[in-house]
Amino acid sequence: MNWIAIGKLTDIPLRGARCVKTPQGKIGVFRTAENQVFAIEDHCPHKGGPLTQGIVHGTSVTCPLHNWVISLETGEALGADEGSVKTISLEVRGDEIFIALEEQLMAAE
Amino acid sequence: MTQKLVIIGNGMAPGRMLEHLLERAPGQYQVTIFNAEPRVNYDRIMLSPVLSGEKEYEEIIIHGDGWYIKHDITLYKGHKIVAIDRAAKTVTSDHGVTESYDKLVIATGSVPFIIPVPGRDLPGVITYRDLDDVQAMLLAAQSRERAIVIGGGLLGLEAAAGLASRGMDVTVLHVMPTLMERQLDPAAGYLLQKAVEERGIKVVTKANTKAIIGNGKVEGIELDDGRIIPATLVVMAVGIRPNVGLAKDAGIACNRGIVVDAGMQTSDGSILALGECAEVDGQVYGLVAPLYEMARVAASHLAGDRSAAFVHADTPTKLKVTGINLFSLGDFADGEDRQEIVLRDAAGGTYKRLVLKDNRIIGTVLYGETTDGAWFNDLQKKKVDISDMRDTLIFGQAFQGGTPLDPMAAVAALPDDAEICGCNGVCKSRITNTIVSKGLTTLDGVRAHTKASASCGSCTGLVEQLMAITLGDAYNPTAVTPVCGCTHLGHDDVRRLIKAKALKTIPAVMQELEWKTSCGCAKCRPALNYYLVCDWPDEYADDYQSRFINERVHANIQKDGTYSVVPRMWGGVTNAKELRAIADVVDKFEIPLVKVTGGQRIDLLGIEKEDLPAVWADLGQAGFVSGQAYAKGLRTVKTCVGSDWCRFGTQDSTGLGIRIEKFMWGSWTPAKLKLAVSGCPRNCAEATCKDIGVICVDSGFEIHFAGAAGLDIKGTEVLGLVKTEDEALEHIVALTQMYREQGRYLERIYKWAKRIGLAEIRRQIMDEADKRQAYYERFVYSQKFAQVDPWSERVSGKDKHEFRPMASVGFADAAE
Repeated sequence: MNWIAIGKLTDIPLRGARCVKTPQGKIGVFRTAENQVFAIEDHCPHKGGPLTQGIVHGTSVTCPLHNWVISLETGEALGADEGSVKTISLEVRGDEIFIALEEQLMAAE
Repeated sequence: MTQKLVIIGNGMAPGRMLEHLLERAPGQYQVTIFNAEPRVNYDRIMLSPVLSGEKEYEEIIIHGDGWYIKHDITLYKGHKIVAIDRAAKTVTSDHGVTESYDKLVIATGSVPFIIPVPGRDLPGVITYRDLDDVQAMLLAAQSRERAIVIGGGLLGLEAAAGLASRGMDVTVLHVMPTLMERQLDPAAGYLLQKAVEERGIKVVTKANTKAIIGNGKVEGIELDDGRIIPATLVVMAVGIRPNVGLAKDAGIACNRGIVVDAGMQTSDGSILALGECAEVDGQVYGLVAPLYEMARVAASHLAGDRSAAFVHADTPTKLKVTGINLFSLGDFADGEDRQEIVLRDAAGGTYKRLVLKDNRIIGTVLYGETTDGAWFNDLQKKKVDISDMRDTLIFGQAFQGGTPLDPMAAVAALPDDAEICGCNGVCKSRITNTIVSKGLTTLDGVRAHTKASASCGSCTGLVEQLMAITLGDAYNPTAVTPVCGCTHLGHDDVRRLIKAKALKTIPAVMQELEWKTSCGCAKCRPALNYYLVCDWPDEYADDYQSRFINERVHANIQKDGTYSVVPRMWGGVTNAKELRAIADVVDKFEIPLVKVTGGQRIDLLGIEKEDLPAVWADLGQAGFVSGQAYAKGLRTVKTCVGSDWCRFGTQDSTGLGIRIEKFMWGSWTPAKLKLAVSGCPRNCAEATCKDIGVICVDSGFEIHFAGAAGLDIKGTEVLGLVKTEDEALEHIVALTQMYREQGRYLERIYKWAKRIGLAEIRRQIMDEADKRQAYYERFVYSQKFAQVDPWSERVSGKDKHEFRPMASVGFADAAE
């Protein structure tokens, strides 16, 4: 695992999201009303909608394309829908946010 | 140890089998599916509602792509298996993929039977089996020409009804004297034929097709008696045959279907078969309930429990044509040892017939009134001796045991194991127990958790009655629908309380109105945001994070995550400078599609989010502002060229349209608002299907409202006639403000008007000058805060985080 700094907590609006580009695709970093931060793939399991563009509520986000609700904690679709996205390990040290990328992802360069 | 399970076919039977298997023995098998159809598992029973337009394909998907990923199942879409090598235990697809198996499940389903007549290969002759067939029919239906359906059985009649509802002129040809003769006796078949004909569908019985005629494509059908019926589409729905070719080639024992024992085992110990291709005890099946039973049995054998056995049970038949109720079960042929009880009401269109043998029901036909179907089914299944209630049996459950039961009590009296949902084999106790254990209060919840009424939907009424019995007063289908799951309050209550309690922020609303979640959801937050903006225009700064993405970035999100941009063209009028600026932006940003919209503007599609501010900056240079094509607010005012140019024009419709648009842009409304102004009653601007429209006439301006041309199509209602442009503007603005203050979020003006009443709206806007003036002034005041061009704001740097990624990591150039 490689911990990489991606920016400050305050770069993300409360109840909002930003995206981080990686060679493997986009990762969404979400900040809840309670100041929790989560990172998941920015790709809805339903039709691949960009989850970072959705509305963040509680510890979930609603996909802007067809309103699937995805748990930021588990990456699982909530309600009657089935599907999941990968969650990405994340740490907040001070006000810096770090995400863990796998070795092979780094080695891809 | 994990074994390899390969499944050939991805229909409803193997899909259900996998659900059972994953529940009983998760991880026991590594599963690979080969599906000859290029898609996921969908509800084939619901193809008829897709054809008739009552459902969309997306609504009938059972397992989406995510489901296969979640369960680590490999699904080969569009791969047809061409060979099974039983010695090597492998299968090979037509694309050359070979996969080995420990256990193989054959679920190849059935193929439609094609009658061997000349012309059967002509383009325009199709069958009715899968989604491709439905799409072919929908395409053909666009012509609104003539179609012939061969086959007056279940599928044929559903196809005919679907095509008729799509506007085709349909004839059904049926070889037997009455329709659906396998499920209905002649009397019920006659009633059904009348009902079908009332829908404008022609029915020809005893019709033997001699040939399908046509030169290069279908032109019609010639019958044995020499009659020729013209048509451009022929749908063959004469029956199905188990699809056994692959199994036969592999040397597996087959009769009509692939021969399996009661445990779904074929003649090869490593191979199972289920679904329409399987033959158990000499029977093959085509209805979903027994196929789901096969799925349960097969799953339990795969999971190692060999006790499960398939037992034949009669399955009731129902026709999925809206408005036609029929129910048929069991054996209803005449016979010496049989008696029958018949009830007819010719005028009411009701017919009921029970066939009895040794005082037990062996067959049931119900037409018109089918609510007792579940009860008769239960009596037949349990072989109940009906001697004691013979006199009143035909009247149904309500009349048994002395006092008539009301329908609710009848459902309450059903035994716990009575089958409610035939498609999914869900019994009464399963539904009531799930309602209690999961705390369900809505029909959708019951569907999601039990699958009852989730397939063909004909048991919906029964399920709702069960909910009413189980929940008592807690279930009230006519109760106010809450805004969302976060509150028990409806939109009207929320709006009223926001005003009454002077609530001025979203957290204040949630606190005071006791929201059940910490910060709402994607349904309630945008609604509250709108209500607060509308009610407190000068005090409330809207909550950016509660806007839907389009309103946050002032462009329309597309399916691939790019955006479309529509600059405002006042009244649909533009000029060389504006067009040149658009052309330059298209070149500079390599915009892939430029499209003229229905609202007389130009849409630039396929723009990356990061490019939006730069695109807007360039458009802004030419004087463009946002067209707000994404807004729940004023979109366009469509106009015709009016009296300045048109030889029929009575007023300056273009000028009035531009004036209205300049006056009203920027304000938020409950849902989108589209206007139009036509210069004469020829109505070239199509003002009579808009939210608000104006038809100019010699004597003034006729104001229309509450039209629709989207999900619903509806002509406008007339609000009234006014004499001058100033009056027209005032009335339109006042009407809009009334809608802004009373409409529920996402409720279009025509739905609002239906709820409030046209007379009430006319009274307040046309007759009460004080009211009208007050609405007008409140709108004008709110515009002080609303008329800010969002594009130029963002070009100047507002919300700039929105348009940039937070970071780029893992790329070579970003590594240092």
